[in-house]
Amino acid sequence: MKKEDIIKAGTVVYERPRLLTDNITHYCPGCSHGVVHRLIAEVLDEMDLAERAVGVAPVGCAVFAYNYIDVDWVEAAHGRAPAVATAMSRLNPGNVVFTYQGDGDLAAIGTAETIHAANRGENIVIIFINNAIYGMTGGQMAPTTLLGQKTATTPYGRTAALNGYPIKMSDILATLDGTCYVTRQAVHTPAAVRKAKSALKKAFANAVAKKGTSVVEIVSTCNSGWKLTPAQSNLWMAEHMFEKYPLGDLKNID
Amino acid sequence: MAKIKGAVVIDINRCKGCDLCVVACPADVLELQPKEVNDRGYHYAYDKNPDACIGCASCAAVCPDGCFTVYRLVCDNN
Repeated sequence: MKKEDIIKAGTVVYERPRLLTDNITHYCPGCSHGVVHRLIAEVLDEMDLAERAVGVAPVGCAVFAYNYIDVDWVEAAHGRAPAVATAMSRLNPGNVVFTYQGDGDLAAIGTAETIHAANRGENIVIIFINNAIYGMTGGQMAPTTLLGQKTATTPYGRTAALNGYPIKMSDILATLDGTCYVTRQAVHTPAAVRKAKSALKKAFANAVAKKGTSVVEIVSTCNSGWKLTPAQSNLWMAEHMFEKYPLGDLKNID
Repeated sequence: MAKIKGAVVIDINRCKGCDLCVVACPADVLELQPKEVNDRGYHYAYDKNPDACIGCASCAAVCPDGCFTVYRLVCDNN
């Protein structure tokens, strides 16, 4: 049977989500950001939240997220996304507000805003892309960089004596009373992508039900910063990152 | 026994040639173009063995650029 016949007679099992715009992303080939953008677009469409959702874009590689997902967005100052999201979700309780932040944004300059928003139990979703590096500025050490990992500012590898230890933000946030759902996922295999999608769905459902703050950490790759190919970075991530950042739910209050 | 056949349509000008779909495909359908490039200079993915496709949409799941449309057809094997 020819491909054309299958296309004509068969059913569409997957197509590009409606909420993704036609713009071509500025991300490097193989970047995890693209997959997570697509999952957010799919989840918001499936949950019929396109008209109610408001995203808060970070500073970092995902600064142009508003060009790619066709919902309302606000661009926040570096690290202040949860503070901006707090205002929007309190002033317009009908909105479903989510932040999209990298590790430099959420775990470095925005640590205070993140922890206090989560501690207040704001009804927002925090999507945390953890790739252990500052991708946009050229691959410098981030707070989440692994010990021994080589970056532009730790050319001999990160050492605890000089640079301190990698910070596990999701574990910290899970100890706060304000969070209702904290999970750590990845998007390196089809199975992981499907799990990450159901985690995002649950997080948005919590925001709709006003249960408290939901945090979805996505352990991601930065193949340009890590100086590997996209496929190699996925293997490197599975081998090294998951040891420090194990996948799974850290907190789940029904 | 009914057999499942699949087909993928790739938006080649959106493709950045990251190779993740090729790695994810369980049926060895996809490959990057060895010589040809798309409008932006990337060696885009194409379906080398279209007959082997089972329409599992693994390629679509890992594609960072949403290039894939996947079709599936259940047909009688006779």
